[in-house]
Amino acid sequence: MEAVLLRARGVSGSRSLATYLAAGGYEGWRKALGMTPEAVIKEVLDSELRGRGGAGFPTGRKWSFVPKDHPGPRYLVCNADESEPGTFKDREIIEHDPHQVIEGVAIASYAIKAKTAYIYIRGEFVRWTRILEEAIAEARAQGLVGRNVLGSGFDLDIWVHRGAGAYICGEETALIESLEGKRGFPRLKPPFPAVVGVFGKPTVVNNVETLACVPHIMTRGAAWFASIGRPRNTGPKLFCVSGHVNRPGVYELPLGVTFREIIEEHCGGVRGGRKLKAFFPGGSSAPILTAAEVDVKADFDACAEAKTMLGSGGVIVLDDSVDMVEVARNVAHFYAHESCGQCTPCREGSDWCADILDRLGEGHGRAADPDTLLRICRFSSEGMTICPLGDAYALPISSIVNKFKAEFERRIEGGSAPPQKKLPVLPWAGPRPGFGI
Amino acid sequence: MSTRPIAVAPKETTRDVKFDESMEARVADVLGRYPTTRAALLPVLWLCQERYGWISPGVIRAVADRLGESPAFVEGVVSFYTMYYTSPPARYVLQVCTTLSCDLCGGRELVEHLRGKLGIGFGERTPDGEFQLVGVQCLGACGNAPVIQINDDYYEDLTPSKLDAVLEDLKGRR
Repeated sequence: MEAVLLRARGVSGSRSLATYLAAGGYEGWRKALGMTPEAVIKEVLDSELRGRGGAGFPTGRKWSFVPKDHPGPRYLVCNADESEPGTFKDREIIEHDPHQVIEGVAIASYAIKAKTAYIYIRGEFVRWTRILEEAIAEARAQGLVGRNVLGSGFDLDIWVHRGAGAYICGEETALIESLEGKRGFPRLKPPFPAVVGVFGKPTVVNNVETLACVPHIMTRGAAWFASIGRPRNTGPKLFCVSGHVNRPGVYELPLGVTFREIIEEHCGGVRGGRKLKAFFPGGSSAPILTAAEVDVKADFDACAEAKTMLGSGGVIVLDDSVDMVEVARNVAHFYAHESCGQCTPCREGSDWCADILDRLGEGHGRAADPDTLLRICRFSSEGMTICPLGDAYALPISSIVNKFKAEFERRIEGGSAPPQKKLPVLPWAGPRPGFGI
Repeated sequence: MSTRPIAVAPKETTRDVKFDESMEARVADVLGRYPTTRAALLPVLWLCQERYGWISPGVIRAVADRLGESPAFVEGVVSFYTMYYTSPPARYVLQVCTTLSCDLCGGRELVEHLRGKLGIGFGERTPDGEFQLVGVQCLGACGNAPVIQINDDYYEDLTPSKLDAVLEDLKGRR
């Protein structure tokens, strides 16, 4: 398909406003300003755009939840806290085409009548923070952002807000807490952010890629957008492919391609002539799929049917040399580190999974360990925690244990060393918090 | 890439921190972006880390005073996030990504290489104060694994020999 979101990749000077304008940039913004906010929301609803941050919630519906009679102020927040393992698409958009994001932010702000927008970007992205700030300054100098935008009477300020290292802040209510200057503890819902969000006001939080789709929907129309992909799963999608493939990277493809096409055709297949063993379809929070499931379609509904999720589109490919106990161990350590600590099933469960998997990995596994892992995971998923981080570690780990149980059993049988008093830590990743640095 | 070394302010200035005029101006600019004072906390902490090199107890007190928060609240926020240094860092902090894609694509080899070359493991620093090794979680650059962030900059698609060249280039730079 033609490049839409990544059309600027490879164009020299693609980040500058002049280049963006020459390619028809900010036409969607001009068009939106000539419409009513309700008509803008209608257009996005009709496009069937679904959120690209992980949940796949219809964007237009999210916007329509903002109470019409609220006196304001309202806020639009762009989530650029890209932290899901295997995901690196938002960085790609910002690197090549920051104005596309800013135009999306502007249109979304207008649609929900927000006069202030924040772009919350992960703290590590120093370079991309600067790129966004420079682009905003350029847009402001041209009257595309700021007071009385393009003579429309609409005021809009956009600020970039840097996080400081916390995966949890990608969750929208944790992000809101963090933006308010607090620890990133997710909030109970309801109330949803559209009603009570940042600073207690109605707020919409949208992912970078979601907002980058919006200018194209405005200029080319909802019908054009909906013609890409398949019903209910419309539009172009960025797939981030990493791990054991010949050509890792970000690929823009219509929703509904199969994972086989992504891995074999676009990424040149598995590296070193090896065979595919398994892959995470949408970041490491998504239940793993095996090589036998590679013909699943890469879209929201098909992934849900396959009992996994498209998530953020982060495809992590594992070849047949990979030890699945080590994969589960690495994943467990990530979530044990990133659990915010509010909810017992997640805080304790993720730690226990990491401990048990360390024990297994070091050859001290016990026969009951796989079942213990599954039990811990069951107690941490499907609504047992305030936010989905409980599911985010429980679902992938239980899927790995279930689909590769024989490997766990082999590892337990092969283990001979006597159990240690003190559990070892993942030897190459260093001690976890609480073990002292 | 021209990664700047972290310059840590002299001890006496981090014990009793007083914001000068330029710092006050930057804080005021940040405050203008938000409807509440508290929301400026993360950005002000970033300004301080840039200026003083780390978030010392003196910085915590000064920030708390300036924003009308208790030092305990500020410290609670600082300790929640991983990127604020609560002790003086080395000149270059090597933040090696240890998450899955980097693990699969040579991250471990880089760590082994650094262990051999610099004689330090995670949480340790070289005696000359040049390099400090930290294991971090996903840096969001998985397609270019393995990845190391050094101070503010990303170094991607690394091999041991590429990393050697990077370290050689950084060493002794002022």
